[in-house]
Amino acid sequence: MSASQTHGHAAAHDHHDDHGPAKGILRWLTTTNHKDIGTMYLVFSLVMFFIGGAMALVIRAELFMPGMQLVDPGFFNTMTTVHALIMVFGAVMPATVGLANWMIPLQIGAPDMALPRMNNLSFWLLVAAFSLLILSLFMPGGGPAAGWTLYPPLVLQTGDAFPLAIFAIHLAGASSIMGAINIIVTIMNLRAPGMSLMKMPLFTWTWLITAYLLIAVMPVFAGAVTMLLTDHFFHTTFFAAAGGGDPVLYQHIFWFFGHPEVYIMILPAFGLVSEIIPTFSRKKLFGYDAMVYATASIAFLSFIVWAHHMFTVGMPLAGEMFFMLSTMLIAVPTGVKVFNWTATMWRGSLTFEPPMLFALAFLFLFTIGGFSGLMMAIAPVDFQYHDTYFIVAHFHYVLVPGAVFAIMAGVYYWMPKWTGHMYDVKLANIHFWLSAISVNVLFFPQHFLGLAGMPRRIPDYSTQFADWNMVSSVGAFGFGLSQLLFVYIIIKCARGGARASDNVWEGAYNHGLEWTVPSPAPYHTFEDAPVVK
Amino acid sequence: MPMKMKRALGAISATALAALWSVPAAAAWTLNLRQGVTELSHDIYNLHMLIFWICVAIAVTVFSVMIYSIATFRKSKGAVSASFSHNTTAEVVWTLIPVMILVAMAIPAARTLVKIEDTSGSELTIKVTGYQWKWQYDYVDEGVSYFSTLAQASNEARQLDSGVDVYRVENYLLDVDNPLVVPVNTKVRVLVTAADVLHAWWVPDFGMKKDAIPGYINELWFKAEKVGTYRGQCAELCGRDHGFMPVVVRVVEQAEYDSWLAGQKAARQAAAAPAAQTAAATTNNETTTVLVANAE
Repeated sequence: MSASQTHGHAAAHDHHDDHGPAKGILRWLTTTNHKDIGTMYLVFSLVMFFIGGAMALVIRAELFMPGMQLVDPGFFNTMTTVHALIMVFGAVMPATVGLANWMIPLQIGAPDMALPRMNNLSFWLLVAAFSLLILSLFMPGGGPAAGWTLYPPLVLQTGDAFPLAIFAIHLAGASSIMGAINIIVTIMNLRAPGMSLMKMPLFTWTWLITAYLLIAVMPVFAGAVTMLLTDHFFHTTFFAAAGGGDPVLYQHIFWFFGHPEVYIMILPAFGLVSEIIPTFSRKKLFGYDAMVYATASIAFLSFIVWAHHMFTVGMPLAGEMFFMLSTMLIAVPTGVKVFNWTATMWRGSLTFEPPMLFALAFLFLFTIGGFSGLMMAIAPVDFQYHDTYFIVAHFHYVLVPGAVFAIMAGVYYWMPKWTGHMYDVKLANIHFWLSAISVNVLFFPQHFLGLAGMPRRIPDYSTQFADWNMVSSVGAFGFGLSQLLFVYIIIKCARGGARASDNVWEGAYNHGLEWTVPSPAPYHTFEDAPVVK
Repeated sequence: MPMKMKRALGAISATALAALWSVPAAAAWTLNLRQGVTELSHDIYNLHMLIFWICVAIAVTVFSVMIYSIATFRKSKGAVSASFSHNTTAEVVWTLIPVMILVAMAIPAARTLVKIEDTSGSELTIKVTGYQWKWQYDYVDEGVSYFSTLAQASNEARQLDSGVDVYRVENYLLDVDNPLVVPVNTKVRVLVTAADVLHAWWVPDFGMKKDAIPGYINELWFKAEKVGTYRGQCAELCGRDHGFMPVVVRVVEQAEYDSWLAGQKAARQAAAAPAAQTAAATTNNETTTVLVANAE
């Protein structure tokens, strides 16, 4: 981990014959530069975050009061479905891929990603995928409305949007697989001399493991949706009981993808928090080896717990028992991570810049999501929680103040390195407090709604659920509007601001090699490999 | 900065605490799972509370250490960071203690799970079939069968911009035309299936929910201990009107159930008579439409 002394520093500064990027739009269409592609991924995910967020606000506006005021129930279902698909595949995943593109080569001393042309292709495939998905909203019969899980037989009732949504998923999946291959090949082949695996920064480590998860499960999902496609158009009956098929088979295949998928979204977040907490504690990460092993254990366990998403499907007792116990086991490596982050702060020297604030909020609020996750692992009580707002509260706690806050922490952590400017810290603090408070107003009451018996994915509800829904909707608008500030801060920082030093954060001395290059990072870095002692 | 942090932490914990404890005055601000009216729902509630309090205990411990660290080890207070970066004893301890806690949770959970899956010894079997968007109830040994759909008043009120004040609709969205009727203190086995897409049959007061899947017959059981009307909803997304197919179960005394059943059978016979296509049977001031066999 002591990667501070390198020979790369001086070289990067003295290297004046850089050929810069092409000019205009062609730069972005044809670029093979990991920094450009990283930036495009991040901007893309931010755009998707707002599109998906707007859909969430349609949902929360309709749920503000009992009674149907704004939208047709069918359109409401489209909103819940497409909101989830966009946030999962369009916002959270591309954001972490963007951070990986920017930071993995910088952290391990590589000149670029190992497969730069494929890198460009994987980004532009994503644009194609989401253009298709958004286009599907305007098809006769409306957009996809069967939930992001696309369960048959309901999903087969989708109108003309159906093939568009399926092909969107195929393209997004192909993009993810390419991104994952690129990350693995880069990490395995382009590490600077001396940068052994067990010296790699945690963000790079968690991404290495995430990339293997992606390669393992994305084809499974592609297979499942392809079977849906042939069931719909070619009269196969993979999932139709009437033809000897099995609707539950789809759920097993989907969640065999779907559970590792949730770790695909959260492991890079773990990596980000593992970078940020040590920096602002001015202390080495506690239990580096244990962190790596815990990440690997979580990844392994993610393959054997899938059916906890379907306890009510009518599994045999032995199956329910197995999936309950294996799911509970995940609490152990996850607990190790939380304890290690806490121990990193213990007897540190803490400061509370915006990245640290977001990382701390992650620490508290992700842990709350972990507790509700543990409660849901208990199969007998999950018969009550299943498909209620308790579940909605749980996965939004791990995804919004979990994954999204970690991504924002990462952006605030590295933005000065990317732009060469320090952002407006005062505004960033306001953004943090607005987000941290509103996100709890938004999602905490949903625990109560679920326990009181409100099912998820309903456009209207009994009057007994009115009060907490109103609170939640107020929180939603607060949270959504607060994110406009985030955009403003980013634009302002990209345009100018106080010069950021190369080392940006006083505590950032014992981590990846990114702090050894100038701020902003030159277009080409580490053309001569640094040596890590 | 320090004041800011403290205030913020205060705000977060105050919001959470206020949300948890300070507002039970109005009934609608429900916070917790209901205890329900069956042995299973009581067991599930107790298990839920057990796990909840274990989580609270862990949260208090872990969050206290975090908050203490944040409050104490501040650079602004002159804290100088220590250099340790691992401690094998601590790491072994905080791996083993969670394992022990999990084992302690798993034992009662497994016991309840076994009980939930034991449908033996049932005294009454009802087949529930989910349709877009209604339920069909079949008293399989009695030859009585009927559909249950959203009550008219709710259905009118729930139309887009209906202009109806939903607060004036009794049991808005949780009321049906023909509820399921079962006797109290009877072990009822429910066979759950679906005719078109997935649905899920759920009555929170009975503690149980099972998916209704075309081609599958799932089982659940309940034994209601209290007479009353219990309301639930479809819990698996089933299309446009997923939110509008409630489940209502009336639990009645055995004698009342017997006379209700007799009325249903009589109505059925009357309906089968050549002249009549449908007939209405009135039981306990409640009109129940009985479907003719060939209309199903």
